[in-house]
Amino acid sequence: MFETLSSRLSAAFERLTKRGALTAADVDEALKEVRIALLDADVALPVVKSFLDRVRNQAVGERVLRSVTPGQMVVKIVHDELAATLGGQAAGLRTDGEPPLVYLMVGLQGSGKTTTTAKLGLRLQSQARKKALLASLDVQRPAAQEQLRVLGEQAQVDTLPILAGQMPVDIARRALSVARLKGYDLVLLDTAGRLHVDAGLMAEVAQVRDLAKPAETLLVADALTGQDAVNSAKAFHDRIGLSGIVLTRVDGDGRGGAALSMRAVTGCPIKLIGVGEKLDALEEFDPQRMAGRILGMGDIVALVEKAKATIEEEDAKKLADKVMKGRFDLDDMAQQLAQLRKMGGMDGIMGLLPGVAKAKAQLAQANIDDRMISRQEAIIRSMTRRERRDHRLIDASRRRRIAAGSGTTVADVNRVLKQYLQMSDMMKRASKLGEKGLKRHGLAGILPRPR
Amino acid sequence: MSWLKRLSQGLKRSAGRLGEGIAGIFTQRAVDAATLGELEELLIASDMGVAASGKLRAALAKRRFDQDAGGDAVREALAESIASLLAPCERVLAPDAAARPAVVLVCGVNGTGKTTTIGKLAARWRREGKRVTLAACDTFRAAAIEQLEVWGRRAEVPVVRGAVGGDAAGIAYEALTAARARGDDILAIDTAGRLQNKAVLMAELEKLPRVLAKLDPAAPHAVLLVLDATVGQNALSQVEVFLQTVKVSGLAMTKLDGTAKGGVLVALAERFGLPVHFIGVGEGIDDLQPFVARDFARALVGLEP
Repeated sequence: MFETLSSRLSAAFERLTKRGALTAADVDEALKEVRIALLDADVALPVVKSFLDRVRNQAVGERVLRSVTPGQMVVKIVHDELAATLGGQAAGLRTDGEPPLVYLMVGLQGSGKTTTTAKLGLRLQSQARKKALLASLDVQRPAAQEQLRVLGEQAQVDTLPILAGQMPVDIARRALSVARLKGYDLVLLDTAGRLHVDAGLMAEVAQVRDLAKPAETLLVADALTGQDAVNSAKAFHDRIGLSGIVLTRVDGDGRGGAALSMRAVTGCPIKLIGVGEKLDALEEFDPQRMAGRILGMGDIVALVEKAKATIEEEDAKKLADKVMKGRFDLDDMAQQLAQLRKMGGMDGIMGLLPGVAKAKAQLAQANIDDRMISRQEAIIRSMTRRERRDHRLIDASRRRRIAAGSGTTVADVNRVLKQYLQMSDMMKRASKLGEKGLKRHGLAGILPRPR
Repeated sequence: MSWLKRLSQGLKRSAGRLGEGIAGIFTQRAVDAATLGELEELLIASDMGVAASGKLRAALAKRRFDQDAGGDAVREALAESIASLLAPCERVLAPDAAARPAVVLVCGVNGTGKTTTIGKLAARWRREGKRVTLAACDTFRAAAIEQLEVWGRRAEVPVVRGAVGGDAAGIAYEALTAARARGDDILAIDTAGRLQNKAVLMAELEKLPRVLAKLDPAAPHAVLLVLDATVGQNALSQVEVFLQTVKVSGLAMTKLDGTAKGGVLVALAERFGLPVHFIGVGEGIDDLQPFVARDFARALVGLEP
């Protein structure tokens, strides 16, 4: 349904030719697309705006790496800022303090509070070795207390016996005293879903909070929420005071922009995510992964990082100088192949890029695979230094020798030489683009074109 | 209280905010590109989505306003555009009167309010003098059956149930057999919530109409997809996939009594043109209202009905 951000960005950048550092105009062009991507991902508008301002400040003047496009560069910056905004490191739940510790679960109707309460009880009991008691204060929705009881049974976590007709505050009081008497470490209070504009029900949950003095007050929110996420999260935070957010239905195909909205307006960390209907489907929140999801891109970020790590600026400059002088020999080709291999080979690189199924098929047809790359390297290494500097020396008898030395056939050697010629042809074309053009196209510009 | 009043009351809080925003823009300066941009952003903030908001902005840009046109004139024009987009979707859910019973299948993702909506629908149909049976085919979620039974008692209609973890299609078949024997007017089937990207669960849902058709080739006569008003752009994918799986015939949008504006209905109308039968504006048994395009559009931009 969604176009990937990177494909939209590359379209936006096709018109731009000059490279080097990102200019304000480049960045603005990219950020228009990023804005749409974020809004499509349901990040709330005010959050999008302040976010883009921060990205703009960081991105202008940033140097564009040789083997990535400016669009990819911007995506990387956007991604890093997204991850930072979502919370640099994972925030754990508070488990210290005098038992019984109370966790209060709040949220809108249908966000998944009851299921999450049972999941959390199971998790704390099995992983943190805490004896947990679940109690439902939901007297609004029919059979809500029964639902928690059944889930508790399934998870083998104790639930507070249901007393018909008891009001939420009284249920909370009873839960606390039972927990004290029976030595529970934790009490999880599941509450009724309520609208943040429902003053009566909000006052009621505030009363429960004052009574139970929770160690954690967790907002349970649906990852599929749209723009309203900012309103509800802020209202809950202002009225009740949240310590964290649990995002549910992250296994849906939504982009989860609500995570960013809620994190931004409340400043509360996202502590856990629900990733399925089974009771153990509750995970720690990973800001990096959520950032990638919100942008809806393939792993551009990893590509940029790899490019950064493997391509040395100096190498790039040396190559550029050579090309400027119209010289590109077989040694240079070997160097390029080695770099390609370091970046994870063709499959590795192609796998990182979104929407490359077609290019991948072409590559398969052209027989460009990793084995081929190492075979080519072997062939070039079997040449003498003089041969590598001047391919014209390589006659039929030298070809037979090279084939024998590299364990290949003369046909393979011929193919490498043909590719070398194609490459140097491209180099000549690249030299016409100028140094900056070459830096922009990088590897992509010098790879033999699959036919 | 008239339903119109209830609707506008339910939407007032959200509409008020949107409305104030518009008034703010237009009392301060004349209508220009920047203003249209801000207006577009207000639409985006209602979950209308970038594409639909852009179209409405373009439609509004073509219109002529007086130099000193206030926010109200623009709001009227905007409400008009939205209403005309939504008008084709305004269709009451009228279960086939000839069918004994007309089968209404209710589906949607988790937590949108399917069971509550069925409870409200049952009460509504009962008031109209119809004989109704409910089928509790959500055998997965804990206490879902009990929840529907409570609604059954409130609306005074029988509920056909099976065992927890039982086969939903089997219960639906049984319920249809029972409703036929009784000569009921309507059989409403509650299903388990499922995310649309869970292929296995969607395949299970697909089985229901197949099994029902064995008893009555025309069943289900209606397939209602329940959407939560707080949902964002994912609603588009929900409708698309449920439509493919069980031929959704209409929508209901719940929880419009909060600050969520449900603007995604506009994007849905553009893309799928499905009828919107009902909106939910509260937890009470009467808080389900027929969808009226003009009122919805006007309430959305903060105008009186």
